[in-house]
Amino acid sequence: MLIRLFSLIFLVLSFAAPSFAQNDPKPLIDALAKADFGEAEKLIGQLAATGDARVVPALNAFSEGDLYFRKSDNLVFIGKAAGSGYELIDPVTGVSVGQAAKNAVTKIKINNSLRRVIRSAMGGLTLMSPDRGVRLQAADAVLRSPSAENLELLETAIAKETDREVKARMEEARAVSLLSSDRSIDEKRAAIQTIKNYGGRNAIGILMGASAALDPSLKGDVDAAIASIESGQRLWDMAQNVWYGLSLGSVLLLAAIGLAITFGVMGIINMAHGEMVMLGAYSTFVVQQVIRENAPGLFDWSLAIALPVAFLVTGAVGLVIERGVIRFLYGRPLETLLATWGVSLILQQTIRSIFGPTNQEVGNPSWMSGSFPVGGMTITWNRLWIIAFSLSIFVALLVVMKKSSFGLNMRAVTQNRRMASSMGIRTPWVDAFTFALGSGIAGIAGVALSQIDNVSPNLGQSYIIDSFMVVVFGGVGNLWGTLVGALSLGVLNKFLEPSVGAVLGKILVLVLIILFIQKRPRGLFALKGRAVDA
Amino acid sequence: MNMISEARQKSLLYLENVSVSFDGFKALNSLSFVVEPGELRAIIGPNGAGKTTMMDIITGKTRPDAGTVLFEDTIDLTRQDEADIAQLGIGRKFQKPTVFESHTVWDNLELALNRSRGVFATLFYTLSAEDKARIEEILETIRLTHRRQEYAANLSHGQKQWLEIGMLLAQEPKLLLVDEPVAGMTDAETAETAVLLKEIAKTRSVVVVEHDMGFIRELGVKVTCLAEGSVLAEGSIDFVSNDPKVIENYLGR
Amino acid sequence: MISGFVFRALEGRIVAAVGILLAIGILVPALNLLTPADSALHIPTYVMSLFGKYLCYALLALALDLVWGYCGILSLGHGAFFALGGYAMGMYLMRQIGSRGVYGNPVLPDFMVFLNWKELPWFWHGFDWFVFAMLMVLVVPGLLAFVFGWFAFRSRVNGVYLSIITQAMTYALLLAFFRNDMGFGGNNGLTDFKDILGFSVQADGTRAVLFFMSALMLSLCLILASAIVRSKFGKVLVGVRDAESRVRFLGFRVENIKLFTFVVSAMMAGIAGALFVPQVGIINPGEFAPANSIEVVVWTAVGGRGTLIGPIIGAILVNGGKSFFTGAFPEIWLFALGGLFIAVTLFLPKGIVGTVQHGLKARQALKAAADAEKGRGDAAAVTQAQAAE
Repeated sequence: MLIRLFSLIFLVLSFAAPSFAQNDPKPLIDALAKADFGEAEKLIGQLAATGDARVVPALNAFSEGDLYFRKSDNLVFIGKAAGSGYELIDPVTGVSVGQAAKNAVTKIKINNSLRRVIRSAMGGLTLMSPDRGVRLQAADAVLRSPSAENLELLETAIAKETDREVKARMEEARAVSLLSSDRSIDEKRAAIQTIKNYGGRNAIGILMGASAALDPSLKGDVDAAIASIESGQRLWDMAQNVWYGLSLGSVLLLAAIGLAITFGVMGIINMAHGEMVMLGAYSTFVVQQVIRENAPGLFDWSLAIALPVAFLVTGAVGLVIERGVIRFLYGRPLETLLATWGVSLILQQTIRSIFGPTNQEVGNPSWMSGSFPVGGMTITWNRLWIIAFSLSIFVALLVVMKKSSFGLNMRAVTQNRRMASSMGIRTPWVDAFTFALGSGIAGIAGVALSQIDNVSPNLGQSYIIDSFMVVVFGGVGNLWGTLVGALSLGVLNKFLEPSVGAVLGKILVLVLIILFIQKRPRGLFALKGRAVDA
Repeated sequence: MNMISEARQKSLLYLENVSVSFDGFKALNSLSFVVEPGELRAIIGPNGAGKTTMMDIITGKTRPDAGTVLFEDTIDLTRQDEADIAQLGIGRKFQKPTVFESHTVWDNLELALNRSRGVFATLFYTLSAEDKARIEEILETIRLTHRRQEYAANLSHGQKQWLEIGMLLAQEPKLLLVDEPVAGMTDAETAETAVLLKEIAKTRSVVVVEHDMGFIRELGVKVTCLAEGSVLAEGSIDFVSNDPKVIENYLGR
Repeated sequence: MISGFVFRALEGRIVAAVGILLAIGILVPALNLLTPADSALHIPTYVMSLFGKYLCYALLALALDLVWGYCGILSLGHGAFFALGGYAMGMYLMRQIGSRGVYGNPVLPDFMVFLNWKELPWFWHGFDWFVFAMLMVLVVPGLLAFVFGWFAFRSRVNGVYLSIITQAMTYALLLAFFRNDMGFGGNNGLTDFKDILGFSVQADGTRAVLFFMSALMLSLCLILASAIVRSKFGKVLVGVRDAESRVRFLGFRVENIKLFTFVVSAMMAGIAGALFVPQVGIINPGEFAPANSIEVVVWTAVGGRGTLIGPIIGAILVNGGKSFFTGAFPEIWLFALGGLFIAVTLFLPKGIVGTVQHGLKARQALKAAADAEKGRGDAAAVTQAQAAE
C-alpha cells in the first residue's frame, strides 16, 4: 500500500521532472537479480516511478516468469527458450545479446502478490504511454478492476489527455474508482451520473457492487441510475439483436444468392451449391497460403485477390457441371437434384483427399479484425464488412440482370426458350454461363464465409438447407424476395434465440417456413397468373 | 331483372359479371354467359380473350375476384374445388390431350368411370360386368376398340384426343367443356370429331372452344365470341362472323 | 373383396420375390444356428446381422418407391420415419434394461440419471410394454406423415418444393433429437440394449429370429405394396404421378390419395427402423441426417423406381457395395456413391429392374408391331368410310 502510494507520488513527480524519466532503468532491473520478494516489490515501485515506457517489457517478462539473471555477472535479461538453452534479450533495448546454456542463468522467482503489484504498476505506466491504444487499454483495465488507489493517477492522466475517446474512458474509470474512495458525497453523486451516462452492462454491475459500501443517502441516486441504464440497455439489446439478425441474414443472403440464380431463375435444383461455397472458401485458403509464402506484405489484400480467383474457380467448376451433367437433365428437376447431390459428394471427397478432413486456418486481414462500440452495442468489423459485401453483391447482380445484354439474354431464355432461340440467342450457352455465374457468386460468398466459419470439406453442407429455405421463402425467381427472405429469416432467428435457445430457434424457424410454404407455396414474392400454374 | 331470373330458371350453367385479374391484367372483365341443358355451344375469340380462364373458373381451378357462377341454378361453383365440380357432373378436356400415358386405353377409361372415388372404394374395386359393358360401349363410340390394350402413350395425337373425350363420357357429365378438340388433327379426324361431339351433345350440354372456323361451321350451333375478357357477340355463326366488332377484333387479324 | 385385393397382388414376379425372400429368411438363420462354426456353410452372426440390416434398408427403399415411383412424391425425409420407428423400438429396448444400467436405476435409463432427471417423461410411459411400443412404431411415423401430408397436399405443395420441405422436416428433427432435453438421449441416442421380449439381443437365436422377421416384414410389405399398386387405387396413383390435374378433373381427391399413400409408406419405413435398431444395437440422431434420406433415393433409383422389386435389389446392392468399399477403400466410397448418383440419373433413369423390364417389353412390342400395323389400317378404313357417309 505504502509502496503504491510511494510509486504514485514518484510517478506524478516524474512528470514534474521529466529529466528523472531519462534515467536509465537498467540498474533497477539488474537489482532484481538478488532481491527477495519484499525488495522486488520496492524495485517494481521504483521502476514504475520512472514513468519510462521502456520498463514495460521487463515487467511483463517478470510477471510471465521469463526474467533471468546471468550467474557470471548477475545481469538481468529476458530469456526465450532456444534450443537447449535460452536466447538472452536486453530488458531495456530489446536487443538480443546471444545464447546462454540452461545452467548459466537462473530464473528470477515471482509469486502472485508480486504479479498483482506489477499489474497495477503497469496500469499506471500505460496510462501515460505515448501510444493511444495502450492508454485506452490501460483505462479499460482500470475500469475492469477499479480501486481508489488509481484515482490520483487517473486524474493526472485525464488532465494530460487530449484524445477525446481515451479521455472519456478515463473519466469513466475515474468515476468508477471514485465510488470506493473516501471522497465527498457530492463528488460521488456526480460520479454516479457519469457512470449512468456512459451506461452499458458493466455499469449496472459496478453500481450494484458499489451501492452496499456507499453512503445510504446515495441509494436513491444509484437506483435511479440503474433503472435508467436498464431501460437504455433494453433498447440497445434490441438494436444489438437486430444487428446480429442482419448479420446472420447477410450470411444467409450470401449463401443463397447464387442459388437464387441457379434455382430461382433457371429452376435447377443444385444440391452442389453448398460445395461451390466451400470451393470459394478453399480458394481463399490457397490464395492466403501462396501470399504467406511469397509476399507476406500483401496479406491484407488476400481477400481482394481471392475474390476473382474464387469466382473463376467455382464458375469454371459450375460450367463443367452444367455441360457435363445438368444439360442432359433439363425438365427433370428431381433427377437434377439427385445428380447434383452426387456431384456434391464427389467435390467434398476431392477436397477431403487433397486438403484433409480437418479445418483449415484462414486468416482475417487486419481491417477485418476487431470491433468498435456504437452506443450500447458492439459492432465487429468482419460482420460489418460481410453485410456491406453481401449487399454489394446483391446490387451488382441486380445490375447484371437488368442492365447487361447477358442479363437480357438470360431473362429471355428463362421466359421463353423457343422464342429466344429463334431470335438467335444461343440458349445452351446462356444456360451454361448463367449456371456458371450462379456458381461463381457462390464461390465469392465462400470467400466471405471463410472469415467467419470453419473452412472444412463440410462447410457447404451446413448452408445448403438454409439457402433453399431462403430462396423458397422469398419466392422463386425473384432476387428481391431472396434479399427480404434472407434478412427477415436472419432477424427472426436472432430474436427467437434469446428466449428459446439457438437450436430450438432454428427448429422453430424451419417449422415456420414449412407452414408458410403450405400457406403460400410460391413464397413471399410469388409470381402469379395462369402460366405459373400450368 | 325478370328476364334474368327467367334465364336462371332453365340454365345449366350461369355466369354473371365474372371478373378475374392476374397481377393487374384483367383476364375476365364482367363476363356473363349462360348454357342451357342439352345445348351444344361454340366459343371463339383471339388469344388472351379469356377462354381458358373462363374454363378454369367453371372447373374450380381459378377463383374469380367477383361475379356469380351457378350450376343447375343452385350450386355455387366458386365454393367448390376441382374434384367436387367434376363429381357434380362437369367434365373438362384440356387443350393439350391429357391422358394417362403409362396406362392402357382400357385402364384410362376404367379410371374415368363414374364410380365411387374414395381411397378405400378404389383400393377394393373389382370390375363388374356392367362396368365392363360400359367401357366396351365407350370404346366403340371413340373408335378405339381394337387398341384397348395399347398404352395410351403409343396412340396418335388424334386418338389421344378421342380417348380423352371417351374418358369424359365415362365420367357421365351433364356438362362437357372441350378446349380446342381438333387442334393438330387431320381433316378426316376433324370431321370425325365433329360427328362425335354432335353425338355426345344429344344427351348432355357441350361447350366447345375452337379456333377452326370450318369446324365450327360444321357443328352448326350457337356461337359466342369473346374478346378482352367479355362477350363481344353471340348468335349463329353467320351472324357472329358478320358482326363488325368481331371482324375487327378477331377475324380481321 | 379383400381376397380379391390380396389375390391381385400375387402376380408372378412378386410371388417369386416373396419366395426368395422367405427362403433367405429361413436359410440364413438355419445356416447360422445349425451348422458348426468351422463349417464352410456356416454364416457368422455378424454377417447375418449385416444382411438383416440390408433387408431393413430394402424395406425403407420399398416404402420410398411407393410414394416416389408410383405417386411422384420425391420425399427427402423418409429417413425421419425410419428413425422414428427406430426410436420407438429403442425406447422399448431401453425400458427392458431395467436396473442393469450403469447407474442401476430401475426406471430411468442411464442418460436420464446422468442428466439428473427425477422421473420418466410422460412420452416414455407405456414403452415398457412391447405391444404398445410396436403400435407406436406404426403410429408415430404415420402421424407425422399424416400431419405433414395433410398440410402439404391440401395446399398443393408439389415437386421440388415438397422435396425441399421434407428435407427441412428431417433436418428439424435432426436438430431436435440432438438436444439432451428432448429426452431421447441427445447426441448418443439409445444404446446398450439387453433384452427383447426376455431374450438377449446379443444371442444368436434372437438375431436369427430378427433376421427372419426382417425377411417376413419385407415380404408382407411387398405384398401389400403390390396389392395397392395393382388395385384401381394404384392406377389412380400412377395417374397422379403422370397427370395430376387430369385425375383431379376426373373427380378424385388427389390430396387424399397422396395422404393415404404417404402415411402407408411412412409406416413401412417405421417398421424398417424398428427392425433395424435391435440388429445394429443403436439408434442415434444421425439417422435423421438429410444425407441419409437422399441415399435412400439413390438405392431406389439404382434398382428402378416404380417397380417394387427394384428398390429391394438396389438397396441390397448399394449397401453391399458400401460395406465392401468402406472396408477396402474408404477414400473411394464417396466418389463411388457420387458417381453412382450421376450415372444412374444420366444413363439408367429407369434403374436396373426398369431397364430389364423395358427391354423385355420392347421385344414384345416388336412382335405386336405387325398387329398394330394391321389395326391402324382398320382404323383408317373406318375413318374414311365414315367420312364418306
